[in-house]
Amino acid sequence: MKSFVNLLQGAPQPRNKGGVIVMIQILSIFRREFSGYFSTPVAYVFIVIFLFLNGIFTFFMGDLYARGQADLEPFFTWHPWLYLFLVPALAMRLWAEERRVGTVELLMTLPVTVWQAVLGKYLAAWAFTGIALFLTFPVWITVNYLGQPDNGIILAAYIGSFLMAGAYLSIGACISAMTKNQVIAFVVAVVVCFLFTITGLPLVTNLFDGWAPQTVIDTVSSLSFITNFQSISRGVIDARNLVYFGSLIFFWLFLNTLVVGNRDGA
Amino acid sequence: MSALIEVTSVSKHFGSIKAVEGVSFSVNRGEVLGFLGPNGAGKSTTMRMITGFLRPSSGRASICGYDLAEEPIKARAQLGYLPEGAPLYGDMTAIEFLRFAASVRGLSTEKASERINWVVGQLGLGPVLVQPIETLSKGFKRRVGLAQSVLHDPDVLILDEPTDGLDPNQKHEVRALIRAMSAHKGIIISTHLLEEVDAVCTRAMVINRGKVIIDCTPEELASRSRHRNAVTVCALTNTGGDLRVTLEGLPGVVGVEAAPVASGAARFVAFPKDGKSIVSDVTSHLLEKGWQIESLDVDSGRLDEVFRELTTGSSTAPQ
Repeated sequence: MKSFVNLLQGAPQPRNKGGVIVMIQILSIFRREFSGYFSTPVAYVFIVIFLFLNGIFTFFMGDLYARGQADLEPFFTWHPWLYLFLVPALAMRLWAEERRVGTVELLMTLPVTVWQAVLGKYLAAWAFTGIALFLTFPVWITVNYLGQPDNGIILAAYIGSFLMAGAYLSIGACISAMTKNQVIAFVVAVVVCFLFTITGLPLVTNLFDGWAPQTVIDTVSSLSFITNFQSISRGVIDARNLVYFGSLIFFWLFLNTLVVGNRDGA
Repeated sequence: MSALIEVTSVSKHFGSIKAVEGVSFSVNRGEVLGFLGPNGAGKSTTMRMITGFLRPSSGRASICGYDLAEEPIKARAQLGYLPEGAPLYGDMTAIEFLRFAASVRGLSTEKASERINWVVGQLGLGPVLVQPIETLSKGFKRRVGLAQSVLHDPDVLILDEPTDGLDPNQKHEVRALIRAMSAHKGIIISTHLLEEVDAVCTRAMVINRGKVIIDCTPEELASRSRHRNAVTVCALTNTGGDLRVTLEGLPGVVGVEAAPVASGAARFVAFPKDGKSIVSDVTSHLLEKGWQIESLDVDSGRLDEVFRELTTGSSTAPQ
């Protein structure tokens, strides 16, 4: 039995030491969450559907071949809309499930801070979306086979897409912590994500057109995922876009810790 | 040295509902405190505040001298907790779950395997280690939860209904484990099973409607029972006398009740005055009067009776 347990033991870990232990705890929670995706069908279903929809959008609706251009614009254009539904689906169980089953009581009475728990869970989910995104590489191979695309732009777009997925995920994670019900978590997250998605579209900016000053229109538009994602996917990783996604993720995770930390009532 | 668990006038209100009100107590090393009380009395809420899961509306709690509001992480590091219903990550296997608990608690690799081996042996988890927790029986789930709580050998153990869902043999083993660990720890368990109080607790605390009604030893609790030192006699006589009348005539006896009887013999329970021992009086008197005693039982007191009396205020008083 002993050798069996040793065999199953994870990587060697340093002993309790200030900052190291903080990382170990985030990592422990990260590992648990991450392997959780693969011990259920969630991971496989999500990845298959994500790749399948990506394929449909890129090749049929985006008409990648007929455009005759060696780039991945039709591929990336659809990402905000794919994430809008798929990421809340991934995020809905993050905290709602813990609350429903009661394991949140177990987790929050372990010697971990709320931040560690929030970060560990969030990073695991984000890493998982990263894997799903990575698995779209055949599309990249395809355009490289067919022509000579600017791979720098494609890399930038991938980074932008990953950041955007992280932003959607932070919203979904926070909303998941507000309820025990995964369906509610999903629906509310989709609505909030939708608002953050469309603010840059003419649909919204037209509302302000003609009466509001241009700065207001620009501000509203700059809050949009699509606006920020598009500017990165043009190949320019601007600090403003990074700050936008970074601060948005930070804000929602901060809210997430407040929600999880506020356990005044059940 | 200060107490391992220190709770000072802790209250918890959910809106207008006062779940717990002004509960204070402390637990020292070597003590096993049993929380007793009906469902909804505030046992779990009190435990949740001691473990830092719920923030008290007022009052404070500390573990090993670390205040849960100020140094929650240090306090929780000294704590092992089995929440109500033993919630677990169902998609993990038992061994994955224990390894997760060990790694979050920062146990070194050697220490972790040593401790995992120990808890697996103690709780008989060997056969189910690689099964997903959601496929385990209720008893095994409870034991996995227990294993997690004692894994890091904490100074303080808080177990919310640790033997719920276990069969009598498993109950016995878990109680033996709690007893074995109790010398070096401060332990709180909550239970509905009064026999458990007798079996493992050194102290019993009855909670009702959010308040501590009584905090004493199980012995003292039992001594509040009207059955304390009551004598149940089954006897026959050649002289045709009435056993009930005979018993009622004794000075130390305050009441006599008929007890269920199988044969034709007379069987009565004699209740003593103030719980004092009457067994020698009863025997010598009956023998003197020519009664032939078939059986004789002395009750040490009934916890369930005291429990009912304390928590509902209604119990058939003697006489």
